[in-house]
Amino acid sequence: MKKIVAALALGAVVASVGGMAEAKDWKKIRIATEGAYAPWNATDPSGKLVGFEPDLAMALCKTMKAECEIVAQDWDGMIPALQQGKYDAIMAAMSVTDEREKVITFAGPYGSEPSMFGTMKSSPLTKVAYGAERVDLSKDDPAGKAAIDKLGDALKGKTVGVQTSTIQANFMEKYLPKVAVRTYDKLDNAGIDLAAGRVDAIFGDRSAVDAIIKSDSGKDMTLVAPAFSRGVLGKGVGVGLRKADADLKELFNKAIADANKDGTITKLSTQHFGYDISIK
Amino acid sequence: MNWELMWDSVPTLLGGVPVTLELVGLALLFGAAVAFAAALLRLSGNPVAERLMAAYVFVFRGTPLLVQIFLIYYGLGQFEAVRGSFLWTFLREPFWCAILALTLNTGAYTSEILRGAILSVPQGQIEAARACGMSRTLLFRRIVLPIAIRQMLPAYGNEVILMVKASSLASTITLLEITGIARKIIAQTFAVFEIFIVAGSIYLLLNFLASRLIRYAEWRMTPYLRARG
Repeated sequence: MKKIVAALALGAVVASVGGMAEAKDWKKIRIATEGAYAPWNATDPSGKLVGFEPDLAMALCKTMKAECEIVAQDWDGMIPALQQGKYDAIMAAMSVTDEREKVITFAGPYGSEPSMFGTMKSSPLTKVAYGAERVDLSKDDPAGKAAIDKLGDALKGKTVGVQTSTIQANFMEKYLPKVAVRTYDKLDNAGIDLAAGRVDAIFGDRSAVDAIIKSDSGKDMTLVAPAFSRGVLGKGVGVGLRKADADLKELFNKAIADANKDGTITKLSTQHFGYDISIK
Repeated sequence: MNWELMWDSVPTLLGGVPVTLELVGLALLFGAAVAFAAALLRLSGNPVAERLMAAYVFVFRGTPLLVQIFLIYYGLGQFEAVRGSFLWTFLREPFWCAILALTLNTGAYTSEILRGAILSVPQGQIEAARACGMSRTLLFRRIVLPIAIRQMLPAYGNEVILMVKASSLASTITLLEITGIARKIIAQTFAVFEIFIVAGSIYLLLNFLASRLIRYAEWRMTPYLRARG
């Protein structure tokens, strides 16, 4: 641990010195990704980095009029190598957290894995009109509040299965405190209990709930209610940058805003995820 | 070591004691009934009943309790027939699934303890009772069973202590007994060492009380040994 901290500190010094010495015009940007976290980023059999983030990075670079190179980096060394100047940006499904914001800064966020409920197709939960498809919990949104209220009514006297100590467990505590929650080691086990009828719904990352629904035991299950994101469910995924590179952060923020506006993020997200992870 | 966290976790973890005691108490109660029936059938002389009980003991002593709990909880729930039957009222609840698994498990062990104890009743005492003209049932009730129970107590005390510890496996099927609550706190604080030390201490205390109770029962049932000493 000490070693990592030392490396981070050293990296920060080197980076800030380097940043001052040569005021970059950002015509060339090196972006790191992990290449092992599909569909965010992956490595194809020929070794090429593919997925949502490499595609989005290319689109952003086009807007920024910069020449971009995408490099692979193991997850563990991701932040230290950024600090050491091996590359200039991270786009690797890295969630914005307070801990990380102490050492680096983030542009964006450009996406957020939504959390969703899964239930049986026959469940009364599927018959409620929630009035919202997506609820951004970081915004003060009356339609979202109404949807949560309707969900609370529909779940009255029912049990929801979640994974222990996840953001989804926090969501249940904060927004639906009256609904009984059963906690599982893995969401998969909650899925088994949903099929058996022991719980009335499960709540998790959309991709995880999706995987359960697509499995054999999930053939009578369906996603239900709005997709929830941000707020207690996390700040979203952003571009990791050195704190010294404020100008680059500005460039990225502008490019992300543009990509959001013209629908590029939604398009790429639908292509890779099958649903929209953009933050509107 | 985070002493404050340990101290703060004590009341939360103690909140799991009632569930643990319910699990152990009910499983021991039902298990004793199962064990009694199984031991008698095993010694009944009926070859079919004997084989059947031997098979029950073989299966439940020979497989891990964790596997039994998973089979009962996740396994049985997969069958439409089970879900449609009246049994589902019980099997739907993780609590009763845990009780069922613990009961069948302790029933198998205890039936063997009881069988051994019954077989160890001295032949002379049985002959003496027969000579007095006791019927088979009276002989069993007045002579064999009291002696057998006295004999089995030390081994049964072991079983009680094992059950207190085995009840922790119920946490794997979402039950919030002592271990379940401990795992929940650990998932939030990552303080594995601190929380499990507190949880372990609570089990230690429970088992201390259990072993005292068994010791007391032994003492009550052996007045003849006291007189000699």
